[in-house]
Amino acid sequence: MTTMTGAQSLVKALESVGVEVAFGIPGGQVLPLFDPLFDSSIRHILVRHEQGAAHAAEGYAMATGRVGVCIATSGPGATNLVTGLADAYMDSVPIVAVTGQVPSTAIGTDAFQEADIRGITFPITKHSFLVTRAEDIPQAIAEAFHIASTGRPGPVLVDVTKDALNGTTQWHWPIPIELPGYKPTITPHSRQVAQAARMIAEASRPVLYVGGGLVKAQAAQALAAVVDRAPMPVVTTLMGRGIFPDSHDLNFGMPGMHGTVAAVGALQKADLLIAVGVRFDDRVTGDKATFAPGAKVIHCDIDPAEIGKNRVADLPIVGDAKLMLTDLERHLADLELPDRSEWIEYLANLRRRYPTWAGDKGDGALQPQEVIRRIGQLAPEDTIFVTGVGQHQMWSAHFLPHDQPYRWLTSGGAGTMGYCVPAAMGAKVGCPDTMVWGIDGDGCFQMTNQELTTCALNQIPIKIAVINNQVLGMVRQWQTLFYNERYSNSELHTDRYPDFVKLAEAMGCVGLRATTEEEVDAVLAQAMMINDRPVVVEFVVQKNAMVWPMVPAGTSNEEINYARDMAPTWEEEDL
Amino acid sequence: MSTVITLSVLVQNNPGVLARIAGLFARRGFNIESLSVGPTEREGYSRITLVVDSRDANTAEQITKQLNKLVEVVKITEMEKGQTVRRELILVKVKATASERGDILALVDTFRGKVVDVAADALMIEVTGKFGKIQAFLEMIAPYGIKELVQSGSVALARGSKAITDRSRDKTIRVNR
Repeated sequence: MTTMTGAQSLVKALESVGVEVAFGIPGGQVLPLFDPLFDSSIRHILVRHEQGAAHAAEGYAMATGRVGVCIATSGPGATNLVTGLADAYMDSVPIVAVTGQVPSTAIGTDAFQEADIRGITFPITKHSFLVTRAEDIPQAIAEAFHIASTGRPGPVLVDVTKDALNGTTQWHWPIPIELPGYKPTITPHSRQVAQAARMIAEASRPVLYVGGGLVKAQAAQALAAVVDRAPMPVVTTLMGRGIFPDSHDLNFGMPGMHGTVAAVGALQKADLLIAVGVRFDDRVTGDKATFAPGAKVIHCDIDPAEIGKNRVADLPIVGDAKLMLTDLERHLADLELPDRSEWIEYLANLRRRYPTWAGDKGDGALQPQEVIRRIGQLAPEDTIFVTGVGQHQMWSAHFLPHDQPYRWLTSGGAGTMGYCVPAAMGAKVGCPDTMVWGIDGDGCFQMTNQELTTCALNQIPIKIAVINNQVLGMVRQWQTLFYNERYSNSELHTDRYPDFVKLAEAMGCVGLRATTEEEVDAVLAQAMMINDRPVVVEFVVQKNAMVWPMVPAGTSNEEINYARDMAPTWEEEDL
Repeated sequence: MSTVITLSVLVQNNPGVLARIAGLFARRGFNIESLSVGPTEREGYSRITLVVDSRDANTAEQITKQLNKLVEVVKITEMEKGQTVRRELILVKVKATASERGDILALVDTFRGKVVDVAADALMIEVTGKFGKIQAFLEMIAPYGIKELVQSGSVALARGSKAITDRSRDKTIRVNR
């Protein structure tokens, strides 16, 4: 037993659970923590805004599979984390946020920089702690990391009062976890999985509908084994891109509002959905009443509350996706499986007839789709791609290679503009030897680009492509289609300000720009050569490019258009 | 169709646990009809009796599952009709002139209530019982003039020898009932 301060015990607890990196900003109430952190083995990266700390923790977690950590002071420091916590909650990203809090004696007095951050974050955290005594700190940290990283991962907040940080305590470790109400079901019920295998064997038009849960469970190999054993169509949601290679014949792409015609068709015409690590999000299902009308549903998720939430499951399976798929493959091995070539050919035909459209040459300006495709072609195979939210995100989902698992970071559920730059920073810190490309929009980039200064100062050489179409592109697309081309407040005028190249240079990055096709390859080659500094490449692209296909919000997936006013014809005679 | 269900929720008695549960109901759009909370026979644990108006069976299932996700929720039992003893308590202050007092006392006696305070022109009456009995009593007493009424939430225990605090290894998680 060693006597130490609460703050020292907090740092020691973080070290003891294996934390190597934390992102944060000090401030009044959390200052006692930053003193022992100065001597710690933990690399603390001083960010420029706490939102950046939270997204960086997410990026680190997604790229490494470990728990990301962010630290902020009380009041505004803590509330600045809120967007990142909400994002991590929606996309089940394991992060722990440590916040300073006013002394326990001052709580409730509206003290300077006091905010009830635990109350504020109740609905957007998996769990949270308010620690008011030094002796309770290590327990809270141990439990926070356990909760964040097990079951369905998610963000956990540990709010620590200044008197707890300054108090003295006896250090002891390890600490038994005491959570009688927290026992996630990990192992799927074998009888249920056997039943799933039988349902697959009996189905004529099965589809594997897989998503982010497989990424968290690191289930790419287990999925590949199932498809090898029982060849059937696969669709990968936005969060699940890369979990099954796009180059595989049986991958029909991303389903949903901006999904491929083949993937949407697969779900609509299926007679069995094997839904694993997905949550029947409204961006996938469209109008729920008409979603996959002929399909029975096997739904496997580690979170039982997802099963039956949006779609009734004929066969529920609670458990880890990798364990479930591994078990499923074993059960499938014992069964005789029907020939599905006709079903697969039907979807392959849809894919041939309605390939995802890469846009028109238009007015001669760069096509954003082609720029993104080119980045994907020229970047090394194991590149980690990170995106913001909007048109460039959907084009990245379609036109990047997506052949490697665990290399795709995007803000799915929350749709957080500003995710890209800080998340790319976190990913690069976690994987310093891997190239990290952020594909961002000019709108998103202006929300959080200040973290490029952090990157420049801390030798975090990420690469950011700013797909600059001078507008909030997805907003403009909806205004074009649904608001009579009345472009209310969607013009960013980024053709005038800011000058992205100068902005990049001002932040210690290399700034490059491409406005013609010839320049694209040259700037990309230049960008990929630079390894000692962050690089920002601005691509000045068409303003009017749209994301296709598209299912208008709230309508049936049957209403999908593969281009403006162009609906596919479903050939139903063979089904 | 609305289905009223009664849930007994065993929780770790940590600060903020009630705020978490109330917040969950608010965020997910579930309606609480009544809630009562108090300590149990096991130290560190509280028991919350929730009466919830669930729109349908699916909502009832979601309520249970979402509650179960809260780390401090240890166990949830849905109290089944016919297998459950449930009680509410009211304290009601009724106008009572000297001439009416005898009739009121007879009513209190019929409903096995108690007079717990007497004033010159009013009586305070305590009645416990099931929801229906309480409502019937209030209907009968209303003509005399109710000056003040306070009503507890429902509390409920399952019949038989088992207890919710019997240590079970897993949370009760029901899937697609």
